[in-house]
Amino acid sequence: MSTGDPTFELDGQRVPLQPGDTILAAAARAGLDIPYLCWSAEVSASASCRVCTVLADGRPVAACVTPAVAGQKVECRTPSLDTQRLRLLQMLFVEGNHFCPGCEKSGNCLLQVQAERAGMTDLNFEVLNPERPVDASHPDVLFEPNRCILCQLCVRASDEIDGKRVFAIGGHGIATRLLIDSPSGRLGDSALSVGDRAAHICPVGALLPKRVGFAVPIGQRRFDTEDTRG
Amino acid sequence: MNASAPAPRKLRVATVSLGGCFGCHMSLLDIDERLFELIEKVEFDRSPLTDIKTVGECDVGLIEGGLCNAENVEVLRAFRAHCTVLVAVGACAITGGLPALRNHLDVGGILQSVYGEVPDDPELPLPLNRVLPIHEVVHIDHALPGCPPPADAFWQLLQDLIAGRTPVPAPGLIRYD
Repeated sequence: MSTGDPTFELDGQRVPLQPGDTILAAAARAGLDIPYLCWSAEVSASASCRVCTVLADGRPVAACVTPAVAGQKVECRTPSLDTQRLRLLQMLFVEGNHFCPGCEKSGNCLLQVQAERAGMTDLNFEVLNPERPVDASHPDVLFEPNRCILCQLCVRASDEIDGKRVFAIGGHGIATRLLIDSPSGRLGDSALSVGDRAAHICPVGALLPKRVGFAVPIGQRRFDTEDTRG
Repeated sequence: MNASAPAPRKLRVATVSLGGCFGCHMSLLDIDERLFELIEKVEFDRSPLTDIKTVGECDVGLIEGGLCNAENVEVLRAFRAHCTVLVAVGACAITGGLPALRNHLDVGGILQSVYGEVPDDPELPLPLNRVLPIHEVVHIDHALPGCPPPADAFWQLLQDLIAGRTPVPAPGLIRYD
């Protein structure tokens, strides 16, 4: 990097940027961590989870959709943003039924690791325990809506990568849910196949390929690192 | 140095398992030989370790398990009334945990299918319609997540409280499974 390359500042560190970069993409390339749940380099950004909210020149923006601007001052780790992020994560936990001790995604779950990194020890809010029946109708993929955080990664992957548009988001407020494009509304009657990217992109344990849940044992998983496992 | 100075007062600690499996208590025991060091600085009030049945005035109360029945609520309120610092210990106390998986089912229906009838005995506490995490009923000062929380998390929490510090779990000691 020559001194003339455009950069912006993230929590005091200079981050090089390329044309078309968002704040999150540039930070990720530089190996700097802006927490997120609904972002993936494989699909377009949706800015639905707001966990990546940063202050860009003092203004709160979603880092995953906001273009990086040379010379901009971006703050991610401020006490108020840390608290906001913690509350967002706590709300995601109480709005679903997230039972980590019984979830085969534990250790590979982005929601879990972001909450651990945010220092979440309690839920703060009333637990809502929504009623969401499990859909095990697909022979190769389990749909466990209790764990769905409505990040829309499967919606975008099915549309943009698989070209199938199996998923959509429907409903309003607390009744918002993942819809499946099939005559019965069940996954088993949809066009989804286990080879689809949408069957694997879920950051939590809501869409899971069957029969491989514990192929990698707990303790050897993606986020079983020092900062989360001591 | 004044050799006649009295030893500092020991921290009085009560522990209980409400709707829990005692796994969190087992994890506390997993601090192993550090128990000897701990017992120099704390004394136990009501706890499975002492078999004292009612909670007295305490500095710290450790609550394992969520609220499954009316007796759990009564015990929790007694702990809140008598403990200066109340700590929610483990997934069940913090979220309801495994027992809360029954929250989508009718209590009468569950009792009927398990026992063949709805038990009716004055000694049996009434089940709650929903299993509740304890923060929905009383104020909680700190929480130790995990199923169970690691032994080191108990150790750090107690060390912080003994030293008069606000407990902040170290990275790696916050986990939910």
